[in-house]
Amino acid sequence: MFRMTRFTLAVSAAVLAAGIAQAQDKLRIGTEGAYPPFNNLTADGKLEGFDIDIANALCEEMEVECEFVTQEWDGIIPALQAERFDAIIASMSITDERKEQVDFTEKYYNTPPAIAVPKDSDLTDVTPEALAGKAIGVQGSTTHSNFAEAKYDESDIRLYPTADEYKLDLENGRVDAVMDDVTVLSEWIATDSGACCKILGTLTPDPEIHGEGAGIAIRKGEDELREKFNDAIQAIRENGKYKEINDKYFDFDAYGG
Amino acid sequence: MNTAAAPAASVEMPPPPARRWTRDRVLGLVLMAVWGALALGLASFLFNAWRPDLFERYAPRYLSGLGITLTLVGVSILIGAVLSVPIALMRMSKNRFAAAFAYGYVYFFRGTPLLAQTFLIYYGLGSFRPQLDAIGLWTFFREAWYCAVLAFSLNTAAYQAEILRGAIQSVPKGQWEGAASLGLHRFQTFWKIILPQALIVALRPYGNEIILMIKGSAIVAIITVYDLMGETRRAYSRTFDFQTYLWAAIIYLAIVETLRNAVDWVERRITRHLKR
Repeated sequence: MFRMTRFTLAVSAAVLAAGIAQAQDKLRIGTEGAYPPFNNLTADGKLEGFDIDIANALCEEMEVECEFVTQEWDGIIPALQAERFDAIIASMSITDERKEQVDFTEKYYNTPPAIAVPKDSDLTDVTPEALAGKAIGVQGSTTHSNFAEAKYDESDIRLYPTADEYKLDLENGRVDAVMDDVTVLSEWIATDSGACCKILGTLTPDPEIHGEGAGIAIRKGEDELREKFNDAIQAIRENGKYKEINDKYFDFDAYGG
Repeated sequence: MNTAAAPAASVEMPPPPARRWTRDRVLGLVLMAVWGALALGLASFLFNAWRPDLFERYAPRYLSGLGITLTLVGVSILIGAVLSVPIALMRMSKNRFAAAFAYGYVYFFRGTPLLAQTFLIYYGLGSFRPQLDAIGLWTFFREAWYCAVLAFSLNTAAYQAEILRGAIQSVPKGQWEGAASLGLHRFQTFWKIILPQALIVALRPYGNEIILMIKGSAIVAIITVYDLMGETRRAYSRTFDFQTYLWAAIIYLAIVETLRNAVDWVERRITRHLKR
């Protein structure tokens, strides 16, 4: 029995070592895959979206081979720390709370949040006063949910695991409004399933809650990787690659001011 | 040579067998030491990681989450218990249609994950809003809380029905026959003779079912009902501090331990007549 335990240990050690050795050849990018138009899985299971295109452009610029790993949003920072992947490119907003856990590159885009309502809604304004007493749906564990809970405290804030679920509930009327990034909401409203609803208006981002925009998260202390990403972001901004990707998805510059 | 004459009282007991350091004993002690070290490590981690600001901010939320979890499970278990009686009776019924219906019900609810059932009832039925509106049920299905109670009740009813059926069938047939020979009505027999004996058998599985429901209820946050687990995830998403999950684990453990002891107590109490 002891011999077998030792054997099992040796095998696991070998497998582990092989795994680590293999991991070093490629840069593994963690993403969520449920946040269109930034990152989502297509019907046949492929990743696509703005984040994915940007990530590929950055990898090309840095001349490394990249591999995508999808990870549920709630566990995406622990998974980075557990070295399941080396960088998160998943529209993650740069915030002080997150900075305590991970390092961020410079932003690679910064778009404002917005509120969407059903087309027949009698709401006319996006202020906390106008939405007092109304149910607002928002994805939990996001800057949007932090913002909603902090600023819309007169409203009934409902937290959903992903954007897919709050969309369902806005459509069937369980919530009166939903809050998310303007690009996410406009993308959805342009599709058939979003035909029920309209954008009520955009909100002014609160830098303290929303942060400085979306950045690439990497493990703390990996300055070399961070600088490589920063240079690559700079490079694709300058050589027109960013604009090319941007125009594929948006009719405005997502990089922000 | 006076051995034979020695009084019987002075005959010595055989010496206890020497406690040798067998491999199993060493292994057992080592394992105990590992467990002890883990417990100490956990205690010292919690002591060092203690952050009053965190406690002040999140303790009320954990409490409200705990309240949601306990109410949800309590209400669902009770509704499930009521529903389980007719289902169990139908399951044992000689009427083929009733038996088939109950079999199908139990088959579906035990064979699919609670997560899927909750999701289907909340989001699935949510997409039939016009139809539900027409029959006046939308006010019920609109609320996440009612949907959660419905899903959990239907689920636990299936499990409880099987527990009940097994327990009733475990009572020997002779009990029915004895009661019949005394001229007792079937209903009286069931209520006063069969059910009390069945419940002794059912008690442990019932305890397990409640414990499983307590832990199973952790999925309810997907439909925006923020129970203990939901609040934990929220606290974690704000702090990225693993002790949030550790506290949740400790609270769940405390609930389960309390329940286990309660079931033990009830069992001692209702089996007094079996003690010798």
